[in-house]
Amino acid sequence: MTRLRAEILSTRKLGAYHSLTLVAPEIAEEARPGQFLAIKMPEGREFSLRRHFAVHQASRRGGWAGTLEFVVDPLGPGTEWLMSVKAHEFLEVIGPLGTAFAYPKRHTNCLLVAEGHGASSLYFLAQELLARHKRVDMVVGAETLDRVFKPIEGKRLSQTISIVTGDGTLGERGSVMDVLPEMAEATGTEVLYAAAPSPTLARIAGFCKERAIPAQVAVEERMGCGLGLCQTCVVPVARKDGSGYDHLRSCVDGPVFNPARVLWDRWLSEEPTMLPTPPEGLPVVRSWPG
Amino acid sequence: MAGVKRSLAVDLGGIVLTTPVMIAAGCAGTGKELTGLVELRKVGAIVSRTITLDPERGSPTPRIAESASGVVWSTGLQNPGIDAFVGEELPRLARSGSHVVVSIAGGTLEEYVRLTGALQGRPEVSAIEVHLSGPDLELQRPMLGAHVDRAAEVAGAVARMSMVPVFAKLPLHASDLPEIAGAVVRAGATGLTIGGSPPALDVQPERLRPGLGGVTGWLSGPALLPMTLRAVFDVSRTVPETPVIAVGGIRTGEDAVAAFLAGAWAVQVGTATLIDPAAPVSIAQGIVRYLKAKGLATPADVRSRLRVPASFGAASDAEEDRR
Repeated sequence: MTRLRAEILSTRKLGAYHSLTLVAPEIAEEARPGQFLAIKMPEGREFSLRRHFAVHQASRRGGWAGTLEFVVDPLGPGTEWLMSVKAHEFLEVIGPLGTAFAYPKRHTNCLLVAEGHGASSLYFLAQELLARHKRVDMVVGAETLDRVFKPIEGKRLSQTISIVTGDGTLGERGSVMDVLPEMAEATGTEVLYAAAPSPTLARIAGFCKERAIPAQVAVEERMGCGLGLCQTCVVPVARKDGSGYDHLRSCVDGPVFNPARVLWDRWLSEEPTMLPTPPEGLPVVRSWPG
Repeated sequence: MAGVKRSLAVDLGGIVLTTPVMIAAGCAGTGKELTGLVELRKVGAIVSRTITLDPERGSPTPRIAESASGVVWSTGLQNPGIDAFVGEELPRLARSGSHVVVSIAGGTLEEYVRLTGALQGRPEVSAIEVHLSGPDLELQRPMLGAHVDRAAEVAGAVARMSMVPVFAKLPLHASDLPEIAGAVVRAGATGLTIGGSPPALDVQPERLRPGLGGVTGWLSGPALLPMTLRAVFDVSRTVPETPVIAVGGIRTGEDAVAAFLAGAWAVQVGTATLIDPAAPVSIAQGIVRYLKAKGLATPADVRSRLRVPASFGAASDAEEDRR
């Protein structure tokens, strides 16, 4: 893990997304698919927490050696600021952070399932798998055409690819779950990798469990620091010995997890809602400020 | 000014820090994470995450939301419990070469006593910080530290048992904060940490939902600085001989100096460390730059030197008299 000031080599618009390429040899040398970067926000704004992005490309050789690419999905003030930065400006970056996808030793047929922005880290994984002579097939989904991440790149990297959009503007109409069983069947999937919002990952986890397909997924949980300090980005994960579960930090213990051990129902059922205060007042419960 | 021997060292009632900048509770990880990102030897002290008697799983997610110049958060004190902490995390934190202050929280007096007992005789512990912003399960009150007698009872019990200095961390938003501070010091606390995060709520109107999984949370970050300064100012005038550590919104060397002027002996840095792990070191450098520019030798030279009109204290005394 390195912290450095990196020059922006180039920026480009990719449909709804924006890609930034940095000159960051120390990080590019180390980064593996699944890992992420923590980008510092500018001084003097009212938003200040670092923003976190999966590594899309880390080039170690050739004309792009020492460069690092990540993809921004504009969701709020921090990501919108990142859309406005220009080539030759500098960003303060910490990376690579988190766990990486592990490559299969015995198996060869890999199915990569991405929804939306998740594809940015899986294309990096596809390259590394191809370099290890694995077979790569893909399912890439998004709500609409301009949120399908680099479809041509996806086709180039995979033996077969199935593209689905919620509104049918590219590929078939539907979600990744609609085509997943068929793709897994047709390509003889032995290992599955996924990067998507957690409700989709939960469904993929259910599918893998049912078919007994070993899998690894990269989760998306809101992070504070991304460095393992603040304990905000936790995911409930069952212990190996079956004695219960722990809240593991997705920034240092993840973001790549074995989906069979993630307690998806517990994690996703925790969607908060506003409850009215009862007339007798709130009971004193163990709720710690800490 | 030639001949001034500049030093950042500060003696907080028995624990001597090389710099007056500490990492606040819950922002230093578990002793592994900061390696390589900041030279921990150059940090005055590390406060551990707050430890409870039993393991605590913490709040549901999301646990953090950004607000204007701040963050709303709730981790629910996730921690492995005192036994696992003493066995694994404490030795690792101590290897950093910085002082380790252990933050403890209980729901009952007995829990505080047992926590202090578990830390007794551990050479890695330089001091104990008593987190008093949690609920009082014995007396069925939402905030233990908001009540003068109770805060003094708990802090006093810990102080009597402890062989190392004890700092009581009082809730920033408690009414009668100076009165609580005075009682806690009389009960035996070495010093005070001012203060614990005030309560906060993040609302996402679009989704009609709170931003945090646990619904309610706490505010941290630069938005807090003026509240921290006021609380430190009021408390340090009540107990001028007692070491006061300021925490809440300190991000730069200038912010730290502001806290010293208001009466703080040292500062803790929380949210700023999450954003920039080297912040505690750069804040110390900022303090040095300020001292140099003013021709001063140590942070103690600015402590409580805020220039307020002479009539300020007198006016409030007069008011006091009228009551």
